[in-house]
Amino acid sequence: MSNKYFIEGATLENGTRQDLFISDGKIEGFKNPANSNAVVIKAAGKIVLPGLVDLHTHVREPGKEDSETVASASRAAAKGGFTALSAMPNTSPVADTAGVVEQVFRLGIEAGMCDVFPVGAVTKNLDGKELAEIGAMADSAARVRIFSDDGHCVSDAQVMRRALEYVKKFNGVIAQHAQDPDLTVDAQMNEGVISSVLGLKGWPAVAEEAIIARDVLLADHVQSRLHICHVTTAGGVEIIRWAKARGINVTAEVTPHHLLLTDELASSYDPVYKVNPPLRTIKDVHALREGLAEGIIDIVATDHAPHPAETKECEWQQAAFGMLGLETALSIVALTMVDTGLMDWKTVADRFSRTPARIGGYVAQGGELIQGSMANLTIFNPAASWRVDRDLVASRSRNTPFHGMELPGVISETFFKGVPTLLDAQLVAEKSS
Amino acid sequence: MKHLLSINDLNESEAIAILDTATELARVSDAPMKKLPTLRGRTIVNLFAEDSTRTRISFEAAAKRLSADVINFSAKGSSVSKGESLKDTAQTLQAMGADAVIIRHSASGAAHRLATSQWMSGTVINAGDGTHEHPSQALLDAFTLRKHLMYGSKNLQGIHVAIVGDILHSRVARSNVLLLSKLGAKVTLVAPPTLLPVGVPNWPVTVSYDLDEVMPHIDAIMMLRVQSERMDELYFPNAREYSRYFGLNTDRVKRMKKDSIIMHPGPMNRGLEITADVADSARSVIVEQVSNGVSVRMGILYTLLTGEGIESGALA
Repeated sequence: MSNKYFIEGATLENGTRQDLFISDGKIEGFKNPANSNAVVIKAAGKIVLPGLVDLHTHVREPGKEDSETVASASRAAAKGGFTALSAMPNTSPVADTAGVVEQVFRLGIEAGMCDVFPVGAVTKNLDGKELAEIGAMADSAARVRIFSDDGHCVSDAQVMRRALEYVKKFNGVIAQHAQDPDLTVDAQMNEGVISSVLGLKGWPAVAEEAIIARDVLLADHVQSRLHICHVTTAGGVEIIRWAKARGINVTAEVTPHHLLLTDELASSYDPVYKVNPPLRTIKDVHALREGLAEGIIDIVATDHAPHPAETKECEWQQAAFGMLGLETALSIVALTMVDTGLMDWKTVADRFSRTPARIGGYVAQGGELIQGSMANLTIFNPAASWRVDRDLVASRSRNTPFHGMELPGVISETFFKGVPTLLDAQLVAEKSS
Repeated sequence: MKHLLSINDLNESEAIAILDTATELARVSDAPMKKLPTLRGRTIVNLFAEDSTRTRISFEAAAKRLSADVINFSAKGSSVSKGESLKDTAQTLQAMGADAVIIRHSASGAAHRLATSQWMSGTVINAGDGTHEHPSQALLDAFTLRKHLMYGSKNLQGIHVAIVGDILHSRVARSNVLLLSKLGAKVTLVAPPTLLPVGVPNWPVTVSYDLDEVMPHIDAIMMLRVQSERMDELYFPNAREYSRYFGLNTDRVKRMKKDSIIMHPGPMNRGLEITADVADSARSVIVEQVSNGVSVRMGILYTLLTGEGIESGALA
């Protein structure tokens, strides 16, 4: 196949129409040279954005390949318009050594559909007690810069303080899963009106907000960089707003599902809606949307969490936490943020590509669409819509809460380093290493 | 109405129809020959994935008095306790031709999952799911209240009922709050603040932390069982303090209205939430609740499996 592509008539994030000529992995120019033999992609009416960058992905490999692999997550990423994902360390074994992060990094290169940046564990085996080999992971081939015990909170204040200090050596960042474990023993869903009726053990907003408040103060004290994973409450947004006003170096993410879904869905007792942190109230949803539009919440991240069928086809209390996210993320943002008038496409590119790339230190990602830059792109039709079908996902698992929903925004092409991974809305076969 | 998963599955007239049917069927229980042929040839499974001897035998007696074939499938020694999934169990019961499954389960929502997941097609009756609901208990409590306090009235309009104790973890309380308020009763919840759900301001009830203040105003008091493990979870300091503030004793009973009644869903912790002399006193209808339970469960099975009730006086 040609390595030259001519994207004709696409609309840039600022609304202007622009042709793009891609050659040898880069945006070579804006005209199709004579006799270029370029593959022409007609993109009239479509929007082209820098490739989406996910800072929060559970790829499940090594160890849980029945639910997802690096390769299957990469295909799901390509379908969702992503050119980079960040592999969370709660695998088996845990990514708490240079060996494991290099393995995941290598699997990403072999899959070849997008950049796969491993996130390292903060503590050994995610136990929250001893620091993992943070320096070795940072120095490894994977060049890890984000560290997280995601799925678990680094709840010990002294451990969190030390971790924040330690990563300053290489400008790393600690991504905190903010959940006070003492306040959430056996917790099942947001604590409120709905949980009281359903008899499911409550997960109070304060369990998240208390950790966010503590950690922004710690980050301030040691002058380090903190990232808050999946903020879900209006109170959390307020604390981050306060911290940013004080100049504290904190960034935050929100997931697509927390921008749309609420705890009322638990009334079905269908565990497809069981997720950590839990779905909250409509008041929280609106605060998250406003926080994202305003930039108090810096980025969208999927928390893509595949699970095999048997862990969801059971009682709510026994079911696993988590939902798929990669393939629906852009459409959910279009629905909740763009169609509502809260954000334009330029802001979407900031929240979904440039800012996550900056937080993660992913220098080849989130670039401007200018001559000479790496051709990591996503092209989609904002006016078209599609129906989510869990039987048609690229992921190995089917636990999407959006099954059956009609969503706006059809992604037709994803370019990773100048090569299409998605073409005409079809996955291009993975390249062999 | 195919299933009974929550009191929310019933409107006021459907609830009253079940109580009326149960009143008629109670005559069967009082007769020397305690059987009706109504459910002959129907198979009812008691799927008890959590210990509960009294609810299981109550449903079993109800089903047998209506001539159904009853299969007991209890957690002890069954596949549920060996880690077989609810889905596999449901498909097994479906393959065996169960017309109805009565399920008791420690997980809130287990009955909903059974009824809505298409694992089986039969009727599902919730016999208590986690800390969610226990609708047949609420119906038998309403039946008992109506019999003692309403003198021919169909609903519970105008009476005042206090529910006392561990509201937070009580499926009996949740179902009773929904049903009693639906039938027109005023409900007051009495508990330490730690044992009330944070969502309680949205419930159709009033809340009090002071049992003594409530006692003179109520027509019935419903005491809830307090699990001993709640003490370890810091809901209250110790059993003595709990009894002092929220236990029912003779001094408190003396301040009740003349014809008021004392209820408890059982099993009781004598000496903790209720003293022995109060439990055995003339105002106590606790033993009668058990016999009413059989009649009400006959009413539930009759209504769900035949699709109709029995009008008042039809079996007289």
